Amino acid sequence: MNNFQYSRATDVADAIRLLNSDPDAKLIAGGTNLIDLMKENVERPSRLIDISRLPLGKIEETAQGGLRIGALVPNSDLAYHPQVEQRYPLLASAILAGASAQLRNMASVAGNLMQRTRCAYFYDTATPCNKRSPGSGCSAVGGHNRNHAILGASPSCIATYPSDMCVALAALGALVHIAGPTGERRIALEDFHRLPGDTPHIDTNLGASEMIIAIELPPGGFSRNYSYLKVRDRLSYAFALISVAAALNLEGNAISEARLALGGVAHKPWRSLEAEQSLRGRAATADHFAHAADLLLQGASAASHNRFKIELARRAIVRTMMQAASAAPQSQAHKKIA
Amino acid sequence: MAQPSHQVPERIPVTLVVNGTKRDLDLAPWTTLLDALRDHLNMTGTKKGCDHGQCGACTVLVNGRRVNSCLTLAVIKDGAEITTIEGLAKDDALHPLQQAFIDHDAFQCGYCTPGQICSAAGLLAEGRAKNADEIRELMSGNLCRCGAYPNIVAAIQQAMGRP
Amino acid sequence: MNAYVGTPTSRVDGRAKVTGSAKYAGEFTAAGLLQGFVVEATIPRGRIARLDTGEALKVKGVIDVFTHANRPQLADRDEAWKDEVAPEGSPFRPLYDETIKFNGQPIALVVAQDWETAKFAATLVRVDYEQQPFVTDLEAELGSAAELDKPHEPRGDAASALAKAAVRHEADYVIPTEHHNPMELYATTAVWEGDGRLTVYDKTQGVQNVHKFLCGVFDKNPDDIRVVSPYVGGAFGSGLRPQYQVVLATLAALALKRSVRVVLTRQQMYGLGYRPMTIEHVALGAAADGALDAVSHEAIAVSSRYEDFARNDAGWAEQLYRSSNSRSSHKLVHLDVSTPCDMRAPGAASGVCALECAMDELAVALKLDPVELRLKCYSDRDQSEDLPYSSKQLRECYARGADAFGWSKRNPEPRSMRDGKELVGWGMATGVWEALQMPVAARIVLTSNGHAEVSCAASDIGTGTYTIVAQVAADALGLPIENISVRLADSTLPQAPVEGGSWMAASSAHAVLAAAEDIRRELAALAKSMPGSPLGGVDATDVTLVDGTIAHNGEHSHSVSIADAMRHGGLERIEKEKLNRFDEDKSHARNTHSAVFAEVKVDEELGVVRVTRVVSAVAAGRILNTKTGRSQIMGSVVWGIGMALHEETVMDHRFGRIMNANIAEYHIPVNADVYDIDVIFVDERDDLINRLGVKGIGEIGIVGVPAAIANAVYHATGKRIRRFPITLDKLLD
Repeated sequence: MNNFQYSRATDVADAIRLLNSDPDAKLIAGGTNLIDLMKENVERPSRLIDISRLPLGKIEETAQGGLRIGALVPNSDLAYHPQVEQRYPLLASAILAGASAQLRNMASVAGNLMQRTRCAYFYDTATPCNKRSPGSGCSAVGGHNRNHAILGASPSCIATYPSDMCVALAALGALVHIAGPTGERRIALEDFHRLPGDTPHIDTNLGASEMIIAIELPPGGFSRNYSYLKVRDRLSYAFALISVAAALNLEGNAISEARLALGGVAHKPWRSLEAEQSLRGRAATADHFAHAADLLLQGASAASHNRFKIELARRAIVRTMMQAASAAPQSQAHKKIA
Repeated sequence: MAQPSHQVPERIPVTLVVNGTKRDLDLAPWTTLLDALRDHLNMTGTKKGCDHGQCGACTVLVNGRRVNSCLTLAVIKDGAEITTIEGLAKDDALHPLQQAFIDHDAFQCGYCTPGQICSAAGLLAEGRAKNADEIRELMSGNLCRCGAYPNIVAAIQQAMGRP
Repeated sequence: MNAYVGTPTSRVDGRAKVTGSAKYAGEFTAAGLLQGFVVEATIPRGRIARLDTGEALKVKGVIDVFTHANRPQLADRDEAWKDEVAPEGSPFRPLYDETIKFNGQPIALVVAQDWETAKFAATLVRVDYEQQPFVTDLEAELGSAAELDKPHEPRGDAASALAKAAVRHEADYVIPTEHHNPMELYATTAVWEGDGRLTVYDKTQGVQNVHKFLCGVFDKNPDDIRVVSPYVGGAFGSGLRPQYQVVLATLAALALKRSVRVVLTRQQMYGLGYRPMTIEHVALGAAADGALDAVSHEAIAVSSRYEDFARNDAGWAEQLYRSSNSRSSHKLVHLDVSTPCDMRAPGAASGVCALECAMDELAVALKLDPVELRLKCYSDRDQSEDLPYSSKQLRECYARGADAFGWSKRNPEPRSMRDGKELVGWGMATGVWEALQMPVAARIVLTSNGHAEVSCAASDIGTGTYTIVAQVAADALGLPIENISVRLADSTLPQAPVEGGSWMAASSAHAVLAAAEDIRRELAALAKSMPGSPLGGVDATDVTLVDGTIAHNGEHSHSVSIADAMRHGGLERIEKEKLNRFDEDKSHARNTHSAVFAEVKVDEELGVVRVTRVVSAVAAGRILNTKTGRSQIMGSVVWGIGMALHEETVMDHRFGRIMNANIAEYHIPVNADVYDIDVIFVDERDDLINRLGVKGIGEIGIVGVPAAIANAVYHATGKRIRRFPITLDKLLD
């Protein structure tokens, strides 16, 4: 690790002040991704601002009937929170599909949003990478890219964003509450992460001196018809090749509302309004889900080693939607795929 | 990005309550909880297998919850209660998990074992695993290269009182 | 008396391991211990043009930075660098000169007062390289493949027999590079004892191998260096040869006259040895009834440019199956990589995987049950050497394994069995390994209080050596196992080779037996000489040590207590050291065998594979400890699952760099990947191999497992995947 200063923030304003006074400072809470990257010399913050003791660890109901999740709630506490288990089981399931029990105990909700790609070239400081070292080139293009993006990539970066939790948050239409030097603002989780374009080193739309203080879930939790399916190279403790968050509101067999988000395919959780709207008023059938999958995967393009992910995604979407429709969500412990 | 510099960080006083004993340390902020235990307290029961949160060998309980001690800085855990493998046996009596691991031969080389046992202690405290599939899933953050997994599951079932 | 041998005895080192008190190489400490951190090369081939350590040396707490430019004297002859298992060639010498031979090669060692400081300072070492053209891609360099030495003498004429065969199968099987990834990081703590003497705590499978190597490399007297390695956190072959961290720690300790610890990172361990990628070309020809008539196996493997590492990949078919015509060859392609090394069942794990997949394909072509085909080609003689086996219960393995698995209920048609959305597949394969023995000595010190200490330089890398040594000693000395203490893995103890090749159980057990025999003889003499001894007229060979007594073989009540006999002789302790003796008999082949049956469930749409059941029936002579033995086979099956489905070291050949040098992206099985594993030890009495009839089981458990799984995947899906690992993308079409 590089030489860095350590400061313990006394409150949110203090954390923002510290961030504002040092452009190379970083916030730390769970540390599961940042410490890892610091050990690889990929992240070299001048200062770590410890926010782990700030009072951002509550889960509360909002006036609108949704849920406000403090930025520092550990992933496991969120997954096992009775309100989340009952009202937002899609979110609970997605969280439990990610990482390990230990990491989920450590990782904060906000940190999960801020986690960086697993691209091997990003991690290997001996190879070019535009995300780590802007302008140096993308080694994954033409390199080893079996688990790289099939959607929304650019010639300068084909990395994916690895979160499971955020795929569910995207499907649920979560909002991100942000505090900064000039006050607080909210943005949709969908708009929080950026596509790489020609600035792949900038992962999110969080301002330099801003911090996440909470995630807000809208009232609708799709608690009856949902499923989170993660397809990966071993049965646990591996990043997704493809993951699907599916949520439906059904009236009889007719879909009144559909939500569909993909993980492991792009620089952000991938949603398409067109795909979701195509299902509105339709029967919950494999054909209709396949059509929605085609719409969601519009424009998908493969690199040299990841063509299979397009077809895998198509199949996984239909399968997960069928699980949701039949109220048979995928278990994260029992590995047979329902 | 910060320029390379040969300056090293100042040490900071850090207090850890390790297995019930208060330990005062002076640590640079870059010292992980794992290195604090192994190198600075010479408590080597907690193992370093990858140093990147990929193997679980460094699992300890922090305030009763299982975590990867390699991915947290000691200074962040200032004041915390840490339970390591050295703190599980009471006097001469092994913790039921330790005895179960011996009974079921749930290890070979023994290097992942302290992490497996601490992780299993966390698992029991969480109370989320009710059957073998759930134990397998919730113990998947602890790699065992000797491949003792079925015996580890059996040992945990014994300690749960579900033979 | 066998109170312990052959029983499910719990590990005698269990308590140390579950309480965290077992100390591994990087956990020993010393006053003023310094910590080293390795800087490694980031190119695969070239030379160091400039290496600037100035900034690193300015870091507070850094003691020194060692490089090729300032290193102390190291041996300049290859012989000194050749350890007991070194292949042909010129071994790698860390920090020797400016030449870069592989990516990840150590080029500097930063030594500091603490590890974090050393690691930080290592990032400040600046290197400029003169790069040279390099090649790291085996498949792009097949044209340069060359036979290592004279190929094995062929039997008959395989080529023309193949051409004439009624049914033929021929294919390439590709086994990728794999890394051992023991859980413990490679580490050495070199403790400065003064006067140029060191105690070196090293992660190794052979302390005496390391000892001799260090004495050669550093030109030291044997008494100057002691190598100790009481606990080894897994090795699987990666610790057979001395690894470079032991050179670096020793070098720094001798130069600084201080104690120094060097621990490699997980990433740096990918610069050590590995199972080499191989392309295995197998051709089989059979008569219409399934009788094999031709077997041809050609392996092409990676080695480094500086050493020829090769193992027996291709010779197993020739030995195992009856066929009038056979040939095999092993070729190497030399690349700009580090030298491969032994990894669990080296050669066989890869070669038999290819062979047994090919046999399955032949069975399909013949419309024969896969077990039936193996039985048709079954041989009671070693086909290569035309020798009888000392014992071979493989037929029984097939029968017991098939029975336990329920093989008779298998519908031979691919894609014919399903469980909801999952296709179910059943596959099987044969496993084979050698039963080797090596010279090992053991020392037993029996004290008059009825305790014995057994010592030997052999290692216990998790294999259970401590426990079986204690069991054998307890039985031979007639003492409870609690009264036996075992010391291992110290270079000053009686001789032992590296622990590998599955030879240590048989070898160490018989060393203990031999030493115990001498103790018994001395005790018998003492007992006989006692006034009024009930053993007065008894021959020394007619007494047994049992329950703390020296007893007549026929009548145990005719006995003298060991304590009384020793008191009579005025002895507080009896110490005997003995080398094992084993028959050099070349008239029998000695092998272990197995039959592996695997069930997979494959999600038809998504290609996700689950190995839901494995039955491994093993014939390996007498099993010294059925508890730890079962675990060893079970662990090997888990390795086989990894080899079949997960493990692959991925290299970007543009950089010659490994891109998954970690254990998040280099997948090994996790707990959730492993379901039911049933281990069956088939009774196999072997009176020829050694007194106890022991063969060793460290390797046999993995051999055949990847093929059984691959064959099950074919049976489930109708898709034959010949390029391992079988990841789901290969099943999607």
